[in-house]
Amino acid sequence: MKFLRTARVALHGLTRNIMRAILTTIGIIIGIAAVIAMMEIGNGVSTAVQKTISSMGSNVILIFPGATSSAGASAGSGTGMKLTAADNEAILNDTIGIRTSAPVVRVRTQVVRGHLNTVTMVYGTTPQFLAVRDWENPTEGSPIADSDVRNANKVCMLGKTVANELFPDESPIGKEVRIQNVTFKVVGVLRPKGANMIGYDQDDVLLAPWTTVKYRVSGSSASIVNSAASAVSTTINTLSQLYPSAGSAALYDSPSASQQADNPHPVRFENIDQIMVSASSPAEVPQAIREIDGLLRDRHHISPAFPEDFEIHDMSEMMSALTKTTWLITTLLLCVACISLLVAGVGIMNIMLVSVTERTREIGLRMAVGARSSDILLQFLIEAVLLCMVGGIMGVLLGLGCSWGVTYFLKWPTEWSPITVFVAFFVSAMVGVIFGFYPAWKASRLDPIEALRYE
Amino acid sequence: MELIELRNIYKTYRVGEIDVPVLKGVSLDVDRGELVALMGVSGSGKSTLMNILGCLDRPTSGEYWLDRELVSGISADERAMVRNRKIGFVFQSFNLLPRTSALRQVMMPLTYTASGISDREAASRAEKVLMRVGLGDRMDHHPSQLSGGQQQRVAIARALVNHPPLLFADEPTGNLDSRTSEEVLKMFQQLNESEGLTIILVTHDAEVAAHAQRTIHIRDGLIADGIPASHQPAEAIP
Repeated sequence: MKFLRTARVALHGLTRNIMRAILTTIGIIIGIAAVIAMMEIGNGVSTAVQKTISSMGSNVILIFPGATSSAGASAGSGTGMKLTAADNEAILNDTIGIRTSAPVVRVRTQVVRGHLNTVTMVYGTTPQFLAVRDWENPTEGSPIADSDVRNANKVCMLGKTVANELFPDESPIGKEVRIQNVTFKVVGVLRPKGANMIGYDQDDVLLAPWTTVKYRVSGSSASIVNSAASAVSTTINTLSQLYPSAGSAALYDSPSASQQADNPHPVRFENIDQIMVSASSPAEVPQAIREIDGLLRDRHHISPAFPEDFEIHDMSEMMSALTKTTWLITTLLLCVACISLLVAGVGIMNIMLVSVTERTREIGLRMAVGARSSDILLQFLIEAVLLCMVGGIMGVLLGLGCSWGVTYFLKWPTEWSPITVFVAFFVSAMVGVIFGFYPAWKASRLDPIEALRYE
Repeated sequence: MELIELRNIYKTYRVGEIDVPVLKGVSLDVDRGELVALMGVSGSGKSTLMNILGCLDRPTSGEYWLDRELVSGISADERAMVRNRKIGFVFQSFNLLPRTSALRQVMMPLTYTASGISDREAASRAEKVLMRVGLGDRMDHHPSQLSGGQQQRVAIARALVNHPPLLFADEPTGNLDSRTSEEVLKMFQQLNESEGLTIILVTHDAEVAAHAQRTIHIRDGLIADGIPASHQPAEAIP
C-alpha cells in the first residue's frame, strides 16, 4: 500500500517533467535496442556461421575398422575386415541423433578415358554420401541411385578436377571412363568444393556405387589404397573382371578340395573401409558417437570390457573452431551491450542527480510534512527504475524493429530470442536500481532545514 | 493546558573547532488555542528555535514536550512522523510543487501518513480543506495559474489537511502584498478562533505580530519577554 502510494508519487514526479523523462529514457532505449538488435543479428550470424562450418563437415563422424595384426606386427588402422555395409544399414536405421550415413570403399587408382588418364581417389558409396558431405545437386547430370548400388551398376560421378582432366572440352555426361579395365558410365559431375582444411583437393574424386567398386574394381579393402603405381593399367582388356585382384593378395589359405565342394560360391567380402555418419547437429555428435559405439559393439559381439574392433573419429578440430567462433561472437556482442548499458546508466544517474538538486526544496517540503528519509529514497529509486523499465520496454520494441528491418532490407539472418528480451528488460530495471541508488541516497540524506532554505 | 513546553533548551553549533551557542537555555510554554508571534532580528536564534519547535531539528540539551509527548530526544524518522501528525507548515515562499494541481498539493502530506488512507478519502479531505480556505473552484489549477494569495492559501490547506493541533507559519506574508497579507492573517485569526488551532507566526514584522494574542521576542538566544507571569520558570535565566 505504502509502496504503491510512493510509486504513484514517483510516477507523478516523472510526468511533471515529461520532456526530461523522455530525454533521459533515450539513453536506455538506445542501449536496450542495441542489445536486442545485436543479440538477434548475432544469433542469426552465429547460426549462419554454424551452418557454414557444418557444411564443411563439422558434424561428420567417421567409423573405421580397427587394426589387425599378424605375429605382433600391426597392419595399421583400417585393415580390419569386420566393418560391413550391414553395419551402415543398422546405424542408419537404429541410431537417434543422426541425419544420414553412408559406407565408403576407397581405392586410389588410375582412371582412363581415351588417350587421357589421371590417378584419383575412387569412392565406392551410396547416394547418402552426397547428403553426408552436403554435396547434393550436381552441376551436371544426376546423382547415382540406390538401384545402382543394389545392382552394382557401372556408373560414376566425377569430381570437377577429374572431369576437367579427362573431358577438357566436352560434357562428360553419358561418356565412359575405365577404371582398372572396368568401364563406367558418367552420370553426373559434382559441384566444385575446392580444397579442404588441410589443403586436399576435394574435387579430385570419383564416386561410384560401393558394390561396383568393391566387387568389380578394388577386390580387397584398404590394402590397395595408395597402391596407385602398381594399379596402373598396362594391358588393355575390355572384359570386365569380376574379381580383378583375386590371386594377387593371399589373405586366406586357398580352400581345400572338400571345402570347395562344401562351399561352391566364391567368398564375397562384405567389409568396407569406412562409414561416414552425419549427425543432426554439431551438438548431437557426442550422443551419436555413444549410440553408434553401443550399436556396433552389440553387432560385433564385443562386451564393454573388451576393446572395440572399430574406431570412431569426429571432427573435433572443426568443432572447437565452431565453438570458439560462436563464443567470440557472443562475447563481442555482450561487451558492446554492456558498454551501451553502462553509458545509458551513467546518463540516468546524471539526470537523476540534476533532478535531485533541482528538486531540493521539494524534498525539504516532503520531509517537513512527514516524509522519512526512506520514503524519499524509495521515491527517487522508483523514479529511476520506472524510467529504465519504460526505456527498456521501448528499447525492446525498437530493437525488434531494427532486427526486423535488418532482415527485411539487408537480408541478414536474424534470430528472435525471447530470453534476450527478458534479460534485457531485467537488466534495464537493474540499471535503474544501480545507477538510481546514489542520487536517491543523496536525496534521502538531505537535511530538511537546509533543503527548505535551498535557492 | 500547554501544547508546547520547552524546558531549558540549548542548541550549540560546532563550526570547525569552536562551539557556537545559539540557544542558551530557552524555556517556553504555549497553550492550546493560542495565536503566538515569534519575533527576533536575524542572528537572534529565531530560526533555530523555530526549527526545534517544528521538530525539524533537535536541541543539544533540554526537554521539548509537544502535545504531552517528549520529542527532544527522538530519532529523525520519529520526528518525521510527529511532523506529519501534529504540525502544519506554511512557508514564506509557499513551497508548492511545480506543475501539480492544488488538489494534489493538498493531498501530498497524506501520502506519508502511517495509517492507510484510501485515495478517495484523501481526495475528499483535500477538497474539504480547500473549500475551507476558499479555493473550492481552483482545485485543478497549477501554482502558475494562481495568484500569490491563492498559492499561500493552497499551502495553508496543505498544512491543515492532516488536522494537526499546531500550525507553524514562517514569515507567511513575506512574499505577499499588504492586502493579501491582511487576508491571510485574517484567515489565521479565524482558524484560531473558530477551530481552536494553535498557531505560531514567525516574523520580523511588528504589524504581522500585532495580529497575535501574544508576542515572544527572542534576543541573543534567550526569550526576552512575552512569557506570561504564571508560566515564568523558576530558574529563568542561568
